[in-house]
Amino acid sequence: MAVIRGSMPSFELFQPTSVDAALALIGRHGAAARILGGGLDTFDALQDRVVQPAALVDLGGIAELQGIREVGGGLEIGAMTTLAEIARHPIVQSQFAVLARAAGAVGSPQIRNQGTLGGNVSQSTRCWYYRSGWTCYRAGGNSCFADTPTAVNREHAIFDLDRCVAVNPSDTAPALVALDAQMVVRSSRGERVVAAEDYFLGPDIDITRMTILDAGDLLTAIRVPATWAGAHFQFEKVRDRKVWDFPLVNIATAMKMSNGIIRDIRLVVNAVAARPRRLHEVENAVRGKPRDAATATLAGELAIKGAQPLRHNTYKVALTRNLVQRAIRG
Amino acid sequence: MSDYKLIGHNYITPDLVAKVTGQAKYAEDVRADGMLVCRLLGSPMPHARVRRIDASAALAMPGVRAILTADDLPVPPVAAAPSPPPAPGTSPAPAARSGAAGEGGRRGQRAIAVDEHGQPIGGAAPTPAAAAPAGTLVKAEAALTMEPLYEGEPILAIAAVDEPTAVAAIERIAIDFEPLPFVVDPLEGLRPGSPNARREGNVLLQGNRIVELKWTDADFAAAALGQLPAGAVPDGDAWSFGDVDAGFTDAALVVDESFVIPTTSHIPLEPRSAMAYWQNGKLYMHCSTQSLAQSVPAIARYCGISPSQVVLISPYTGGAFGGKNPAYLHVAIPALLAKKTGQPVMMKITRDDEMNIGRSRPGMIGRAKVGFAKDGRITAIDLFVVSDGGPYGRGDHGSGARLASVLYQPKAMRFRGVGVLTNTVPRGSQRGPGMQIAPAMELVISKAARTLGIDQVAIHRINAPAGKAPVGPPQRDGSRRYVTSAFVKEALDKGADLFGWHERKAASGTRHGSKVRGVGVAVGTYSAGSVGYDGLLTIEPDGKLYIQSGCGHLGTNSVFDTTRAAAEALDMPWDKVVITQGDSTRNLPWSCSQGGSQTAHAHTRANWAAGLDAKRKLQEIAAKDLGGRAEDYTVGGERVYRTGAPGRGLTFAQAAKRAIDLGGAYDGHELPSEINAMTKASATALAGRGLMGVAKDTFKHDGDTMSFVAGFAEVEVDVETGEFAVVDYTAVVDVGTVLHPRNCQGQTYGGSLLGMAHAIGHRWVYDRHYGLALARRFYHSKPPSLLDAPRFQWAAVNLPDPETPVGVRGVGEPPVGAAYGAVVNALVDALGDDAFRRTPVMADSVLASFEAGGKPARGALAFHV
Repeated sequence: MAVIRGSMPSFELFQPTSVDAALALIGRHGAAARILGGGLDTFDALQDRVVQPAALVDLGGIAELQGIREVGGGLEIGAMTTLAEIARHPIVQSQFAVLARAAGAVGSPQIRNQGTLGGNVSQSTRCWYYRSGWTCYRAGGNSCFADTPTAVNREHAIFDLDRCVAVNPSDTAPALVALDAQMVVRSSRGERVVAAEDYFLGPDIDITRMTILDAGDLLTAIRVPATWAGAHFQFEKVRDRKVWDFPLVNIATAMKMSNGIIRDIRLVVNAVAARPRRLHEVENAVRGKPRDAATATLAGELAIKGAQPLRHNTYKVALTRNLVQRAIRG
Repeated sequence: MSDYKLIGHNYITPDLVAKVTGQAKYAEDVRADGMLVCRLLGSPMPHARVRRIDASAALAMPGVRAILTADDLPVPPVAAAPSPPPAPGTSPAPAARSGAAGEGGRRGQRAIAVDEHGQPIGGAAPTPAAAAPAGTLVKAEAALTMEPLYEGEPILAIAAVDEPTAVAAIERIAIDFEPLPFVVDPLEGLRPGSPNARREGNVLLQGNRIVELKWTDADFAAAALGQLPAGAVPDGDAWSFGDVDAGFTDAALVVDESFVIPTTSHIPLEPRSAMAYWQNGKLYMHCSTQSLAQSVPAIARYCGISPSQVVLISPYTGGAFGGKNPAYLHVAIPALLAKKTGQPVMMKITRDDEMNIGRSRPGMIGRAKVGFAKDGRITAIDLFVVSDGGPYGRGDHGSGARLASVLYQPKAMRFRGVGVLTNTVPRGSQRGPGMQIAPAMELVISKAARTLGIDQVAIHRINAPAGKAPVGPPQRDGSRRYVTSAFVKEALDKGADLFGWHERKAASGTRHGSKVRGVGVAVGTYSAGSVGYDGLLTIEPDGKLYIQSGCGHLGTNSVFDTTRAAAEALDMPWDKVVITQGDSTRNLPWSCSQGGSQTAHAHTRANWAAGLDAKRKLQEIAAKDLGGRAEDYTVGGERVYRTGAPGRGLTFAQAAKRAIDLGGAYDGHELPSEINAMTKASATALAGRGLMGVAKDTFKHDGDTMSFVAGFAEVEVDVETGEFAVVDYTAVVDVGTVLHPRNCQGQTYGGSLLGMAHAIGHRWVYDRHYGLALARRFYHSKPPSLLDAPRFQWAAVNLPDPETPVGVRGVGEPPVGAAYGAVVNALVDALGDDAFRRTPVMADSVLASFEAGGKPARGALAFHV
C-alpha cells in the first residue's frame, strides 16, 4: 500500500493527571500505546507516519512528574521538567553545571521550552535511514542501510557497531551518566531504580530500542546524587549549526581535583555509539595523574582505542580524541 | 539624486501591520464553503513506470471525493514549465518559450535584456547542429506523472472532506511499479555504460530534446583523482572569445582546480499550497507566486484554459527564491480536482512535499584553469562545468560562465559545460542561478593571489569590471554585450575600509588557543533589471494617488517600493498614495516577473513613465484652464501651478475632476497603443475615475543591467573540533541609486546568508545505491540558523546607473555569490590552500584537513554526500 508522510495519524489521546492513571493506561494498551512527553521525538515520528500508535498517553498534565526537588544534597528531577527549567535552575547551575550546560545545548530555545529531561534521555536515534521509515534492524527488518558501501553515514557510530550503527543523539544523557544519576522507572509491577549508565541499551542487547524502558514502563524521575556536587565539570557539544542541531559528538566530564591531581573522574561521550559511552579505561588511566598535556594525550589516545569508523565518519575518531584531550587539559 | 523626497528614504511598507499581527492571509489560510482538501502521493522510487493504480478501496471510503492522475491533466504544453533557465549565451528556443506569453503577455512585451528568469536573451552564434535538431522530443514536466523520474514525484492526488481522510485514502491505494534504471550523480551519468536518468537519454537540450551523451574511459582516465575530466559537451554549451592559448602561454602563473558545489533546496517558509474553485466558468486561484501579472497566463497554461478564465488572488507570498516563477505547475491539481468535484479544493503541501517538488539549485562540478600575469591580471580562463540538471533541467553552467566572464573580465575565455539529467529533485532557478560557480573560481583566484604575493582585495580589484564592462559570450557578429554600468572598484574600496580589511588581514592566520581566523573577499553579480513594462495610476477627485502594481509580493517589497517612483515624479506625499496589488481582478498593469532581480529597475522605470504621463496631463489641463503652455506649469505640493505664480493653479483633486470632464486620454478613455493588452484592459476598467497616468517604459537603455556586490568575510575555526563560525561579514552593494535603504539592507543580508549557506552547511544527501533522499528534514539538510549568521555590516556605493531614469538597479541576487565566495576564501585563508574541494565545508572536512597535516584534499568528485 502506498506510503505518504507529513500527516498526523489518528490515535486516541489520553491525558492522565497522575502516574498511577498513566500506568494503568499504558498497562492496558501495552505496545499499542506511546508515551508523549514534550513531543519533540514523538511528533516527528507521528508526522512521518512511521509510528502509528492506537493510544497516545500525554504526561503533560501530571504534576508529580514536574519540577526539581533538593534531596539530601542531591536533586530529584521530575521526568517532565523542561530542559529550559533545568538549564536555568540555580542549584543545577551551581552544583551540577554539566547538566545545566548539556540541557542548555539541546536544540533551540523553543525546543528547550517544550522538551523534557525524560524525553531527551529516552528519545530514539536520529539515523536518517531509520527515521525515514527504511525497514532496518531497528525497525524490525534484517539489514542496516547505514552500513553499506554506498551509505551516507557521516553522523553514525564509531564504537560498538553490532549490525545497527545508529547513535544516541541525547545531550543530557552523557551528563547524567557523568553525574552517576539514577533513573526512577515505574510500572504496574512497582518501582525500580537504575543507574543512568545502565539505562541505555546498545544493539547487542536490544536492537529495536535504546533504553531499558519496556512496554508498560514509565520514567518518572531522575535522581542526581550529591556525590559529584560542585566538582569540576565540562560539557562540550560539536555540531554543524549553532542552534537546532544534534551533536556530531558531545562530551560530559565530572572531575575531582586536589593539588593539580585528578583524584576522581567520570568521562562520557555520546553520539559515537548507540548508547552514551563511559570511558572507564580513560578514567582509570588518568586517576591520580596531573591535569596536564601528557595526561591529556594519554587520555585522548585511550579514548579512541577500538574505534571502527565507517566510510564517512573517520573524523569522529579525531574529534573524540581531541574532545577528551581538551576535557582533561581544561 | 539627493533632492528626491521618497526615493532613497525609508518608509513603512503597507503590508507591515498585517504581517506582524498575523492578519495577512496566505494561500493555505484561505477557506471556502464545502472546501475539500487534497494531498499528493509521491513516487517511492527514483525512476519507475506506473503499470497499474488500484484506487478502488480508497475511493470507496466515506468522505473521499475524487482522484486525479496524469490522465486528467490537459495535453502537456510544448513549453518547459518553470524549469531552469536556458543557458545564457545560447539562443532561447522560441518553441519552448512561446507558451509563456498568453493573453496579456505579448512576446514583444518581454524584457529586452532578460527573460522571465532574469536570464539574458541572445548571445552565441547558432551551431550548425541547431539547424537539424538532435535527440528525442519529450514532454515537459507535468503536475502528475505515470513515469516518476525522482523519489517523491507526484503520481496522483486525492481530494476528500478533510486531510486525514485524504491521507488515509492514499494509504489504501495500491500501485504496481516497474522499477527503471536511475542515476543520482551527473558525473556517474556520463560514464560509459552508465544508466540514463530518462529512457530517452541523459542530456536535455534546448527545446525539450534529449540525447544520450557518454564520455569515454579515456576521458575519465585522462583526469587525475579529484580532477574533473573534460569529455564531449553538447553543441551550444561551448563558446570562447580571445586567444585562450596565448593567454596561458603568456601567463606568469596558471592554476587549475576542480570543485564540487552542492544542490540546495529553495525552502521558502510558505510551501506551495494552493486553493482553487470555479465560478461562472472562471478559475479562482489562491496560491503563492513570484509574479501576479505573469502568473495569470502561466496558470492558464498549466490548467489548459485561457488566461481570461483565470482569477489569481495572491496578496502575500512567503518566500520563493526563484522556485515559484511564475507560480508553479502543481496549481493544476486543485484546479482540476475542483472542476471534477464542483467543490473548492485546497491542495495541502507539506514540508516533505515541498522538499520534493519545491525546486532546488543545480549542483555542479567546476574545473577552472586560470592564467594570471605577475600583477594578478587574469590572462585567460578555461572553465569546464558539469551541472546536475535533475530530471527536467539543463543546469546552471551557462549562467555560471556568463557571471564569471563579467566578474573577472578575462582577456580570453573558453567555456564548456554539460547539464546531466539525474533522478533527483527537480532543479529550478534559485536566487542568482549560476552564482554557485563562485567557489570554483574564487579558490583559484585566492590561491593565485597567495602564490603571486598579491592581496586578495588587490587581485579582485585589478580584475574588476568597470563602466560598460563586457559580459558573456560573443554574439553572432563576434561582438560581446556589455553592462550598463559597474562600480565594483568603488565597492571594493569602500568595503575594505568598512570591514577593516588590512587590519584583519594582518591578524589572520594567528592561532589563539585552538582558534584560528581567516579573511576572504569576493565579488558577486547578477542581472538586475529589464525594460518595457507598463505603469498605471490615477489621481482621483479625492486628491489621492492610486497606483496599480502588477508585481508579485514575494517578500522583497518591490511591489511597493517601485511605486515610489510614480509618487516621486508627481511630488505626491506618501500618505496620499494608495497601492492596489495582489488580485488580478483589481485592474493591474502588465508587469515583469519577480525573478532575475528585475523589478526594482523595470518598475521604477514603468512607474516613472506613468508618473511623467500624469504630470504632463496635469500640466496640459492647467494650461487649458488657466492659459499658457503646458510647460509653463509646475507640479508640486499636490497642485499644478503656473511656474513662479503658485496662486494660479489647480489642486490634484480639481485636476482629477477636470480630467474626467475632459475625458479622452486624460481619464483613460483613450489609451496609448504600445501598452500591453492586460494593461489596456485594466486601464479601460479604471477609465473615468480620475486623471490617468498610463505608459509603457520606453526610456533609453543601452547594455545589460547588472548589479554587483563586494563581500568581506572573517571566519574563526576551531582546529580541534573542526567547528567554525562566520564571525563578521560586510557587503557593499553597487545597485545604482538605493531605492529603499531598509529593504536594500534586508535583501543584502538575506542574499548573503543564502550564499553562506552553500559554504557552511546546506546540502542534499542521496543514497546512491537506492537513489533515495536522506536529508529530508531541516536538521538533516542544515540550512543556517539565526545563530549561524555573522555580525553584518552593509553600505551602498549609491551611484546612479546612467541607463535608467531614476538610476535604480536590482539587489536581490548579486549578494549571494559574493558571500559564498568570500566565506570560501576566508576558510581557505584559515585552513590553507587545497584544504577542501567541495562545499559545504563542515566540521568533518575541516578536521580531516588538519588530520591530514595540510596534505591536499583529493577525494572523488561525488555529489550529494
